[in-house]
Amino acid sequence: MASMIERIKVMLGAEPQKPAVISPEAREWHAMKRMNKDDFLAQKEHMREHQIVSHKWRNRRWAVLLFCNLLFTFSFWLDIQILEGALTASRFIGFHLVDLNSALQVALAHKHIIVNLVIGTLTIFFLWVLLGGRSFCSWVCPYHLVAEWFEWLHLKLVDRKIVTDHQFHRGARTLFWLLFSGMALVTGYTVFETLSPTGILSRALIYGPSLALGWVFLLLVFEVFYSRRAWCRYVCPIGLTYGMVGTLSPVRILYRLEHCFHEGDCKKVCLVPHVLDMVVKGRAEHTEVPVGPDCTRCGLCVDVCPSGALQFDVKGLSKML
Amino acid sequence: MSDAPDRDRDGDGGEELKPPPGAQRPKVPVRKEAARRRFIRSTALACGVVGLSLAGWIPTARAYKPRLRPPGALEEKDFLASCIKCGQCVQVCPVQAIKLGDIDEGFGIGVPYIAARDQACDFSCDAVQCILACPTGALTYRKPDFAEVRDGMQMAHDPVLKAKANDPEPTLNLKERIGVARLARPEICLAVLGQGFKGQARGAAFKGTLRYMSVDRWKPVPVREQPYDRAVCDLCVTECPIQDAIRLEEFVGPDGATRHRPVVLEQCVGCGVCEMICPVEPAAIVIDERQEWEGV
Repeated sequence: MASMIERIKVMLGAEPQKPAVISPEAREWHAMKRMNKDDFLAQKEHMREHQIVSHKWRNRRWAVLLFCNLLFTFSFWLDIQILEGALTASRFIGFHLVDLNSALQVALAHKHIIVNLVIGTLTIFFLWVLLGGRSFCSWVCPYHLVAEWFEWLHLKLVDRKIVTDHQFHRGARTLFWLLFSGMALVTGYTVFETLSPTGILSRALIYGPSLALGWVFLLLVFEVFYSRRAWCRYVCPIGLTYGMVGTLSPVRILYRLEHCFHEGDCKKVCLVPHVLDMVVKGRAEHTEVPVGPDCTRCGLCVDVCPSGALQFDVKGLSKML
Repeated sequence: MSDAPDRDRDGDGGEELKPPPGAQRPKVPVRKEAARRRFIRSTALACGVVGLSLAGWIPTARAYKPRLRPPGALEEKDFLASCIKCGQCVQVCPVQAIKLGDIDEGFGIGVPYIAARDQACDFSCDAVQCILACPTGALTYRKPDFAEVRDGMQMAHDPVLKAKANDPEPTLNLKERIGVARLARPEICLAVLGQGFKGQARGAAFKGTLRYMSVDRWKPVPVREQPYDRAVCDLCVTECPIQDAIRLEEFVGPDGATRHRPVVLEQCVGCGVCEMICPVEPAAIVIDERQEWEGV
């Protein structure tokens, strides 16, 4: 429990701390890796040589993301009525689904909730508890996909030393969550929706292009030239809302110390590298450490890890099998 | 990642970061400086994003685009607060009358409206399905008790739909109007001028559709496919989907001849069909959006 509170603090913006207590088994592994350095290096090289470059999870994820968003589009265009509405609120063959953050904004601004809204919100809440909380971000949010593509461009420019990544304080997102909630409550308008690239892109995909896409483009330009993945990392309150749901979720990435060569490739590809602090040499407090709730379960680290130290895991289920 | 490598690209020269000549610069102050910059940057980001999002208030407060909202909409302030911007109302409308606001409408982004001149709500759905589709109650059959009710917005009785006049239940489940029609330009109204109308009401290029009971009760058809031939133009009256909402009144013109003019009645719900069908350009009759009935 204590470690979950620690992980929530990290999600809200705190720097990850070195664990106070390291279990004897983990300590043994840490010591072993220190002692047989040559052996360890040789194994590492061996792993490197035999690494199979895989984009399995990324490809699956992109396919799911496109499928979800295009299901909205085609439900409307072809009038097949499977998934009607947009990401903010919809009906899946008649059942209400309401995005948690949009529901929060409406509830705070309007100060009145009707039954359908409660049903839709609860459905989505339980769905994402089951599916991993911020997995909404990487597996469904259309802005995430577009931002990923532009991130590639950003990294290319960083490589050529044309741009640098300017980081912000991660606590900014927590502040934004509070500010947007507060503004909805005080002004009586769903202020965040004005800027939300998730809502804008989702609607544009379904109802056609809008001027608002210009704003989304500006955001992407900002991310390419100034700060890597700035919206998702430092601003978007939707991510934090689903992150909180993720604290309850059994679906997570599991880190296994014994398979790790501490090369740090996972942190380089990660949207939220602070959740991967345990991959630093000597940091893992147990032989198996679950990745915190801020993780979007995107699987990029799973794909990139040459030795399979990071794996998808369903709490409880793996033990049963 | 450290901020150290970019200190000279920040534009402020990074003067204070340069170590004094010949001295090894201690590590801590650099890190402190980086943290300070990150803090300033983060504050700027917070102010920027909050400022931009609140800029959405300007077009809303100035009513830069007064919009006709779909039937059953709460009062404008409540409507903007409660609408979740999903467009489910857009999807169920059989005549695609409902559009969504863009970012130039500020807080009105993603909020549905009806541009009546292009495509009015003709109640082809019979049941006001946009209300049925709304997940948040922003469009509602019955306003909750706390919601604001303005005098003159409530209908004297449920409007009777002409198309359903012979059904056991001929009324629309609609308690409030969304606006009121007004003969804004009597000087160009064909009836007032004593003229008839022949041809396509809005020309060959017009994309709007309307339910014509004589063609198909369940399938609205393009207006351009239904040419008219009227001795006295009365399209706004005959095409009005609501009973007793508008009628043609005779009067004697300045030249002593009998003329006609459309008179809007209390049962007008503000659907905008009259504005859409009006064959003159610009429309002689328009909807005053969210306007209460003030009596005659």
